[in-house]
Amino acid sequence: MKIVESPGTHNTTVAPLIAGNPTYHDVTQKISGVIEARTPKLWYVAISISGAFALMFLVMLTILFLKGVGIWGLQIPVGWGFDITNFVFWVGIGHAGTLISAILFLLRQRWRTSINRFAEAMTIFAIICAGIWPAIHVGRPWFLYYVFPVPNQMSVWPNFRSPLLWDFFAVGTYFTCSLLFWYLGMVPDLATIRNRAKSKIKKIVYGIFSLGWRGGNRQWRHYEVAYLLLAGISTPLVLSVHSVVSTDFSVSVLPGWHSTIFPPYFVAGAIFSGFAMVLTLALIARKVFGLENYITMTHLDRMNKIILVTGMMVAYSYVIEFFIAWYSGNMYERFAFWNRAFGPYAWAFWIMAFCNVVVPQIFWSKKLRTSIPVMFVASLLINVGMWFERYVIIVTSLSRDFLPSSWQYFKPTIYDLGMLAGSFGLFLTMFLLFIRFLPMVAMSEVKAVLPQSDPHHSEALELETGTVKG
Amino acid sequence: MRMAKDKLHNKVILAEFESSGAILQAACELRDAGYTHFDCHSPFPIHGMNDAMGIKRSSLSVLVGSFALLALGGAFYMQYWMSSVDYRLVISGKPFNSFQAYTPVVFALTVLTAAIVSFVAVLGLSKLPRFNHPTFSSERFARFSDDAFFVSVESDDAKFDEVKTRSFLVSIGAQNIEVLE
Repeated sequence: MKIVESPGTHNTTVAPLIAGNPTYHDVTQKISGVIEARTPKLWYVAISISGAFALMFLVMLTILFLKGVGIWGLQIPVGWGFDITNFVFWVGIGHAGTLISAILFLLRQRWRTSINRFAEAMTIFAIICAGIWPAIHVGRPWFLYYVFPVPNQMSVWPNFRSPLLWDFFAVGTYFTCSLLFWYLGMVPDLATIRNRAKSKIKKIVYGIFSLGWRGGNRQWRHYEVAYLLLAGISTPLVLSVHSVVSTDFSVSVLPGWHSTIFPPYFVAGAIFSGFAMVLTLALIARKVFGLENYITMTHLDRMNKIILVTGMMVAYSYVIEFFIAWYSGNMYERFAFWNRAFGPYAWAFWIMAFCNVVVPQIFWSKKLRTSIPVMFVASLLINVGMWFERYVIIVTSLSRDFLPSSWQYFKPTIYDLGMLAGSFGLFLTMFLLFIRFLPMVAMSEVKAVLPQSDPHHSEALELETGTVKG
Repeated sequence: MRMAKDKLHNKVILAEFESSGAILQAACELRDAGYTHFDCHSPFPIHGMNDAMGIKRSSLSVLVGSFALLALGGAFYMQYWMSSVDYRLVISGKPFNSFQAYTPVVFALTVLTAAIVSFVAVLGLSKLPRFNHPTFSSERFARFSDDAFFVSVESDDAKFDEVKTRSFLVSIGAQNIEVLE
């Protein structure tokens, strides 16, 4: 009767992944309790505000469809302004969720279990917010179906040599994979909510979405492989999606865009900004729902370290961009970068440099890295900085093109600003709905990393306490 | 027809075990006693359970791999056919079959197919969604997703016998045995 040796035999010297030594029932109670409890008043306040912004977004979208993209501050040569800045910003945010759910899973970083669910949720909502922009920036959104390789009335196929088309495929795939990964991971937890549900409506709704999950090993064995595969599939997406997004710029011949460093530079920036956003949301959720034992200081400390590393990569890219602009000897390239740092948009450039290069340096200090107010402010500043990074890349490069007579200063209109705020409203509304109705921590995964889940736990305990000899 | 009806009206013996170690042990005992149609329900996947139950590793990866390869070829051929056979369009003087540029879309469609196939296959192979099952009629069973461990033995197992199976389960340490249909 040989049972395979478990690799998880416990290393008692390491601090537990979940603090407070909870039982299985404690975990279920804590996480399901958030959904089952009466809706907190604060939640209504929060969703009223975010919902108002989301509605404003909807109204502005309607006006956009009625009047066209002229309501934005765009004026050639600045054909991409807030729209594509927002797109790149939101897609970037998503990358941290995928990194946590996929790469850290493959690397067997078991501390990820308590943050992966809402990091993935953040990814999905961020991609939704991102996907809106390319769709509406085309001016005639009803022709959007041209990007699909479907037969149309002109019998013309899409141009597969265009990075803008690659972008559509990359982001579409990213969204679908993230959604499937997130949902599959949630099925066992939805079954938990179904099993505990008191009201008939809840039983039916959670019952349908949990697909009749019975937690049998004949289900788990396929589930585990599928989860592993989806993690494996999503892993290259962390690197590929933002690389493809960066080709939208780097394949063009515009000084400031035409650069081979863009793919790794964009990916590092995406992970950097994404972790900042995960941190912002995690700190709030942890405080509001009392999840200190699940999202521990160790989690926060590790996320801050990742922010520091990726922040350094971003800083390195900034420096190299300037170096290459000088070293290339190309006057247009040199001008583009000189103009970026000291031209009319210098204020945006220096906000970016301060938030993305200076701010993360505080995380060298263990004391600041483990201080909640410090990291909260830092995470907000980094998000601001990363938005400005995209703004600087897009707008400064476009606004000074080869013909000085067409130069002008880009001024956002009320619609630019309103729709940016509106997309934040949409994002937060979706996030609030998520934390109210879906389990925000993966219960089955947290239970699996508790020490008592190892089938050999009791034997190990007996050996330690010396109740069993040999 | 009768067969199908019998299948739906399976009886199930449900037995509770106290820990992940105990249920793993029980699975080994059931396997060694020659049971094949039984399942072990737990709040999380238990390491080593496939071997303990005597079932093979999931074949899902082979399925996903094959479909991914098909998608890889299909995505390449689609782009080749669209841009160099069906509608040749000169764009920036580039060759019609500029295959290097196909890479991102080939990659995206391969990944997309693999993800969709994994999702559909995990449901198909684990016979989900299935909203009716004898185990759902047990109130105690709702705790499988919380903190309890259950073994369910189905009546279509060749060794199934309401009395004998029950006493066998008791002998290997089961508690709270229920017969469900």
